[in-house]
Amino acid sequence: MHQLQSEVQASAQSAALGRAIVITSGKGGVGKTTTTANLGTALARRGAKVALVDADVGLRNLDIVMGLESRVKHHVLDVLEEKVAADEALVRDKHTATLYLLAAAQTREKEDVDTEKMRALVESLRERFDFVLIDCPAGIEKGFRNAVVGAREAIVVCTPEVSAVRDVDRVVGLLGNDFAPQLIINRVRPQLVKKGKMLSVDDVNAILRLPLLGVIADEPEVIVSTNKGEPLALRNDGPTAAAYHAIAARVAGEDVPAPTVEYKESFMTKLGALFGGKR
Amino acid sequence: MIEFLNRLFGRQSSGATAKERLRLVLMSDHLSLAPDMIESMKADLVDVISRYVEVDRDRIDVHFEHQDKALAMLANIPITGVNRNGQTRHGEPVEPSPPTPRRKRKKRKTAAQNGAAPQTGSPAAAT
Repeated sequence: MHQLQSEVQASAQSAALGRAIVITSGKGGVGKTTTTANLGTALARRGAKVALVDADVGLRNLDIVMGLESRVKHHVLDVLEEKVAADEALVRDKHTATLYLLAAAQTREKEDVDTEKMRALVESLRERFDFVLIDCPAGIEKGFRNAVVGAREAIVVCTPEVSAVRDVDRVVGLLGNDFAPQLIINRVRPQLVKKGKMLSVDDVNAILRLPLLGVIADEPEVIVSTNKGEPLALRNDGPTAAAYHAIAARVAGEDVPAPTVEYKESFMTKLGALFGGKR
Repeated sequence: MIEFLNRLFGRQSSGATAKERLRLVLMSDHLSLAPDMIESMKADLVDVISRYVEVDRDRIDVHFEHQDKALAMLANIPITGVNRNGQTRHGEPVEPSPPTPRRKRKKRKTAAQNGAAPQTGSPAAAT
């Protein structure tokens, strides 16, 4: 499987076209935008030229998570409707020179996007960037189709919840056989898994059966980074940043193990377990 | 340790409940997304039952229901005629046929493929 992936990647590089990857999930609120921001940042810090495209027209958020909201002058619909050139609308990241953002339009609707023009836009970005990451909106309607149309690969983000797994299952069914979807399991709380109060990574993937890119823990530092508009992957320290860097390495074709989360038992949790607790 | 005690007293953790619910919901999702499969199963079912009794093909209703911890297939097949000699009204003899319960169970296994645990639910009920 991994060998196959690196062959696919090698062929994409030799054709001098970048890889267009849609980040999707079906369900909202599982961390698609955070994943896009961090994966994009981590790939760019490896030296790749990366374009992030926010396909969530009407509910734009990727600029906020990237901390670029004040720099956005034009958006993806301006480009699709040929009001400005793509170069004018692409916002360069504050911290990483090879990272660019194409923001979504906030005051327009997903129905306003011409699906074929979206495909052409992503195609043209592939000529200039090593990676085009498309942040897909929640849902499976037109917004989803617009986000997927130009992509060749998919990364699906799932949380260990019944509803999220069900929606990912549906989305993977809709993607069909063409996108080689890979899985990121987000917001895992190892202490809850240990207590049997949360679906484990194995539980989730026993059902989805997708190649696992990695697991991200539900950590307060993720929220802090979103508050500040500084993706964690800008940092080199901390387990979550390390996990994003490992996922980026895997996406880039490096043979590193999928990051996972481990339960570290503290004295207090041991003490608490002795007396039992709510299930 | 807590897990062990829970198992000992037959209590289920909420994680295990989530797993079980997920398995069931995905089974019914996959079934509802495969209408062709249901139609062809319906046709097969009627063919088998028609070997024994005459049925009203237009009023057949087959659907799926969550029952306790299993997904059950419920089939309502109105019978229009039975011959006391074990023959249909048209006089065709009843052929010795493959055992029907096995066939139904096979279908259920197909539906359960996405769940890890084997199905233990009630068999398909013809009402």
